[in-house]
This record gives sequence, structure tokens and C-alpha cells, in this order.
Amino acid sequence: MTVVRGLISLLVFPGALFALPAGWFMMWLQRKINARAQGRIGPPFFQPFFDFVKLLAKEPVVRPRLQGFLMTVLPLAAVASTLGAIALLPVFPKAGGFSGDLVLLVSLIEVGPLCAVLGGFVSRSLYGGIGASREAVLTLAYNVPFLIALFALVASAGSFSLAGVALAAAWPVRVLALIALVACIPVKLHLNPFSAASAEQEIYAGSTTEYDGPRLALWELAHALEWVALTGLVASLAFPVADAAWPVRVVVFVAVSVALVVVLSFAAASTARLKLAQTARWFLLCGSGIALSALVVAFVRL
Amino acid sequence: MSLLDSLVRTARRRSPWLFHLNAGSCNGCDIELVACLTPRYDVEQLGIRLEASPRHADIIVVSGPVTRTTLEALQTVYAQVPDPKVVVALGSCPASCNMFAGSPTVVGPLDRIIPVDVYVPGCPPRPDAIVAGIADAVAILCGDVPRPEPTHVPVVADACATGGLS
Repeated sequence: MTVVRGLISLLVFPGALFALPAGWFMMWLQRKINARAQGRIGPPFFQPFFDFVKLLAKEPVVRPRLQGFLMTVLPLAAVASTLGAIALLPVFPKAGGFSGDLVLLVSLIEVGPLCAVLGGFVSRSLYGGIGASREAVLTLAYNVPFLIALFALVASAGSFSLAGVALAAAWPVRVLALIALVACIPVKLHLNPFSAASAEQEIYAGSTTEYDGPRLALWELAHALEWVALTGLVASLAFPVADAAWPVRVVVFVAVSVALVVVLSFAAASTARLKLAQTARWFLLCGSGIALSALVVAFVRL
Repeated sequence: MSLLDSLVRTARRRSPWLFHLNAGSCNGCDIELVACLTPRYDVEQLGIRLEASPRHADIIVVSGPVTRTTLEALQTVYAQVPDPKVVVALGSCPASCNMFAGSPTVVGPLDRIIPVDVYVPGCPPRPDAIVAGIADAVAILCGDVPRPEPTHVPVVADACATGGLS
């Protein structure tokens, strides 16, 4: 991957220029679907954008210097790493990438939740601490099926590069692995039924309880980018249209991402929140079961 | 007015987040406030969200006559909300202490403790009155309407400046 191509995928597509509006659109779509499912009208189209601008324009609360520094750097790190993960997505499977970029993508996606855990504890709020510890427990739980599913794809394709996995993974493995991956997305995005980490009726705003104004705006931004990164990961692995022209690939990538948002939003609107222990148990038993079956299928086919 | 200013004003007008504080209310006003979120009134159309943390809020909605036990929490929460902020007194209790006036356990009305910008009278007020009151608060928040002069000088203003937790 050349430097120019890398910069384009970081800053233009599928990076910042695409990912920011797309992330806001996905957040709006989720809130809108949630509202429609409850018989309400729901927020206007530009709502996440106005929320972001308003939060940026609020005066930050004065904090002790180190705490203020950490509370700014952690959401910034979450934004930067998620943007980096988006830039690695193999929207154009023949466009390059490098051997091992799947490992980099997974670690970049994991930086966001890690920052949320640290950010919750750094804010020294009781509810921030509870939210952070829940986030940590859930991260440990959902990463078991998440990593097993990705490993099944890697084993089936015989490659650690994203483009290679997207093109070469066998379809039975791919379907099972994608089901396991999609089940992990609601935890990362704090959606029902796996939203225990930000359960506002129990623990206020979870790890972001103490974050105000611009610092909260950065978390919202990281959240919007996580939407794009996670749905984009599934979209690029599910429909690698390698032979088509680039506009077709872009359209397929965007369409599958949005369809996934719709599915996740309806699932969130129609379910209730599971308890922390129930969520962890679900991922360690059911989620891992699906992912392990994908792994078994991958090795049998080999 | 520059483009940035007008963008910020529009954003403030379109995205007011509320924090609801019960300062000894009987729960009547609280239920009416929650009714604003239901399908019939659906204030999310106006970008309004009921936030869980005062740090996220723009508008503080206070119900209740301010009892002794909630006084400190009220001052802490008021100091925790980042500027710019607007205070809405929800119901008759924070405006006048209502039927609790003169009680030894009540330190209200609310404007003796923190500056109040909008009053929504009623016992309890109807949800449409609450939405209208929040619309007035939003107009103050984004600068369309000047902030009203405080009717009382808050008597316990010094405690507000200490900032509460952390």
C-alpha cells in the first residue's frame, strides 16, 4: 500500500470524509428506527451533527491538570484508532493491504473499548467506575467468539490479510463466522440486548458519566466511527465483489452496512437488556459455540 | 454574526439535553415530564433528550419545593452542569413552595437557591405546558431571548461556586 493510497483511505474513503457523515447517519438511523418502533416520530435528520456541534461549543469543566489531560487524550485515542481501523477496511479487495492487517484492524478496534474502560476509571466517578468495569467484563466475554470467528475465517482463507480473507474464505465458514461477528456488534455499540455497560436506568451514563462538553463530543464521535468500523468490517467480509467496478463495490459496501444498521436497530428496539452475567454467559456459551463451529468447519474443509 | 456563531446557535436550539432533578417533589411533575417523552408528545422530534448525567445537560429541570435534604444535591448538580445552562422550575412547588410553604423542612422556593430562568406553573403542569416551557428555555440557551433578571439574589450562592464532586 503506497503512502498516497493509505492517506486517501484514511482521510477520504472509507476514512474521515466518508466515515464522519456515515457514522452520524447510522446513529440517526438507529434512533429513528428505535422511535418508529415505539410509535414516535423520532429525531430530525441532522440531530447527531447538531449534538456534536453543541457539545463542542460548551465550556469544559475545569479539572485537575492530569485528570483533564487524560480525559481528553483517551477519547482522542479512541477516535484516532477507530478511524485507523476504518482506513484498513478492504472495501476494494484488490487495492492492496498487507499481510497481517487483520491483526492490526482487530487491535485498533479494541483500542476504543479499552479507552472507554480507562476513561471511566480516570473520571473518578462511582458510576463511571461501574460502567468501566462492566465494559471490561463484556470486552473479555465478547472477544472470545469475536476472535475465534476471525480465526476461523483466517484458517479457511489461509491468509492473515483482510483482502485475502474477504476473497478466499469458504462460504460455510464465512456465514457461521459472520453470525458470530454480528452478534458481537451490539456489545461494542452498547445496544440492546447487550447494553449493560451503559445502562442509563441503572448506572447513569456508564463510563462517560463525568465527561462534559468537548470531551463528551469526542466520545460521541468515537461512537459514530465505531458504527462505521464494525458494520463496515462485516460488510467488507460478507460481500467482496472483487470483479465489479469501484462504484459498484462502494455501493455494495454502503448498502450492506446500512442494512446491518437496520437489522441491529430493530433487534435493539425489540429486546430488553440482559444482565451483565447473562450477557457474559451468552457470549461464552452461545456466541462461542457458533464461532467454534465455524472453526471446526474451517479445519474439516482444510 | 459569523457563520460559526450561527452554527453554534442553531446547534444549541436543535439539541437541548435535559437533566431532571427531583428536589422533594411528590412525583406528579416528574411523571408529567416523562410523559413528554412518550409517543403522544415525543419531544425527541425537537432534539430534546433526558440525560442521565448533569455533566451532559444544557437545561436543568427542577421539580419540588427544595427540601433540606435535597439542598446540597441541588447546589452540587447546578455547579456540575457546564455553561451555558438554563434552569427550568417545573410546577408550582419550586416557584412558590405551593402547599409546603412554611414547612420547617422546606428551604425553597427555588430562586432563593439558584437563579431560575423559566417557570412552568401548575400542579402538575400539563405536558404541553412543559414542552412550551422548555422551548422558552431553549430560546434563552441559544441567545434568541435575553436571560431574565433574577427575581431574588440567591441566598446560598457561595456554596454553588465550590463545584461539587471532583
